[in-house]
Amino acid sequence: MSDKLNANNTIRTTRIESVKTENPTTKTYTFTDPRCAKAKPGQFLMLWIPHIDEIPLSIMNTTGNAVSVTVKNVGDATKHLHTLKRGDTIGVRGPFGNHFTQQEGNILLIAGGTGTAPLLYLAKQLAVTAKRLSFIIGAKTRNELLFLNQLEPLCTEPPTATTEDGTYGLKCLATQPLEQLLAEKGATQLDMVYTCGPEHMTRQVFNLTEKHGVPLEASLERLMRCGIGICGSCMIGKYRVCKDGPVFNSQRLRQVKDELGISKLGFDGNRIPA
Amino acid sequence: MIDLNRENLRGNTRLKSNPLKTCLGGLELGNPTALASGILSYSPESLQRIAEAGAGAVVTKSIGVTPRMGYPNPTVVQANCGIINAMGLPNPGIAEYASEITFTKTVTKVPLIVSVYGYSAEEYAEVAKTATEAGAEAVELNVSCPHVKETGSEIGQNPRLLTQVVRQVKAATTKPVIVKLSPNVTDIVELARAATKAGADALTAVNTVRAIAIDAETALPILSNTRGGLSGPAIKPIALRAVYDIYEQVDTPIFGCGGVTTWQDAVEFLLAGASAVQIGTAIATQDPAVFQTVNRGIQAYLKKKKFRSVKEIVGQAKRK
Repeated sequence: MSDKLNANNTIRTTRIESVKTENPTTKTYTFTDPRCAKAKPGQFLMLWIPHIDEIPLSIMNTTGNAVSVTVKNVGDATKHLHTLKRGDTIGVRGPFGNHFTQQEGNILLIAGGTGTAPLLYLAKQLAVTAKRLSFIIGAKTRNELLFLNQLEPLCTEPPTATTEDGTYGLKCLATQPLEQLLAEKGATQLDMVYTCGPEHMTRQVFNLTEKHGVPLEASLERLMRCGIGICGSCMIGKYRVCKDGPVFNSQRLRQVKDELGISKLGFDGNRIPA
Repeated sequence: MIDLNRENLRGNTRLKSNPLKTCLGGLELGNPTALASGILSYSPESLQRIAEAGAGAVVTKSIGVTPRMGYPNPTVVQANCGIINAMGLPNPGIAEYASEITFTKTVTKVPLIVSVYGYSAEEYAEVAKTATEAGAEAVELNVSCPHVKETGSEIGQNPRLLTQVVRQVKAATTKPVIVKLSPNVTDIVELARAATKAGADALTAVNTVRAIAIDAETALPILSNTRGGLSGPAIKPIALRAVYDIYEQVDTPIFGCGGVTTWQDAVEFLLAGASAVQIGTAIATQDPAVFQTVNRGIQAYLKKKKFRSVKEIVGQAKRK
């Protein structure tokens, strides 16, 4: 067993250093973990909530040895995680998976909901190298638009915000301004699109980038158990989201398009709607 | 160096000159490496990928009569030189899985072995019957899972129950029946003998070794199920000894299983008496490419030692 896997996969207990409430359903947790602090944008960690569960989370930021993850309260595990406070103990293993490639040129990032977290981390790196950095961010309602203030100084122009209920920005899905942009500018003026969000949105982004011939990297999510590519819980097509992913490029997305936004494996291995 | 994938797909007639070809319990394998049960084996696409990566056979996750969700996370925890898991036999149930078996047979040519568990001899037999009717070339009886009550090792540790299960399964299918043995017993040879007497066509030695991981900071067992099974390099010497013991005293072909990570490990298992090996945990560090790496190593070893076939080295380490 290689030392690297062994060391990254060994569970480390650490204390929560800060909890920031982003909105009524979403909190950002920061803790010290030198290994996960070396993560590249797109990688994830497994976070152990003692007595409760262990869940995969995208890495939102790293500073020195500190790591931040942004968590929406969506189920039992995240509900319990939301009760944890500064000083409480959690376990961490990782970082796991591949990462976004760092492209130069004209870049567009499109995020939905908490999918903004890994793309914020990516945007911080791309801001240094990209010729032009644009951001489309979508959510159901105004207070679910995450990190707008942090994104603004990183981007070449103010991020385009969309809400489904029209409480902020454009009243539409995030894919609508993407569709317009691609129709206007097309492949000639976009070198790469990165996306993370609900899978039906990712599917739509994939369809649009394919139509206009623009390369895409999308971060996917599946039920995960081992995080190291052996249990098979997170398969999409022939790929393991935890090890071959979570970032899939256009070529791999084409191979899994029959499942993308359509179906996934449930806890018992049965195929269920995505 | 032969192309393992192409070689596998050519069929038996063209395999005559393939030094890696082996057989056990009526199963013909293009090479002596198989995917161990429980690893990457929910979906046909996943099994296809493993077969294309060079595995000589694939064993599925353990399938029962009804669906099971498995345990909550943590289900896998890293140990020194190994992994402890307590997945809790998650599976969709044989009624659902039968179509996956049939589909898998359309996309992969290597033997498909369906791992079977049950809470009674009748259940084992029912799943085995459906699985082989759906296209499985063999079944492997999981009588050794160390972390689910009233099945697995609770059957495999008891010669009387083990005999009942193997007999009923043998009566339910004409395909080879492989029995996967638990290392968590006083005398594994006694169980190997019971399985053989009841009609087992081959044995797999061994399943995971019962283990636990405790976190000092929280003073808690880490796995949600508290106890689990240890796999990986840590258990190789134990598995190797089990194979050696069984080969010495029982005349049934053996799948060596437990910590095979390199071609040297595989050769050691063959020398100890295994006709083939199963690989699982090593995929975490080496990806499915491990099958090709191990097979190339075995082939180079055979050439260097001037053996014509992998069959010639099976049991060579036995003291005369």
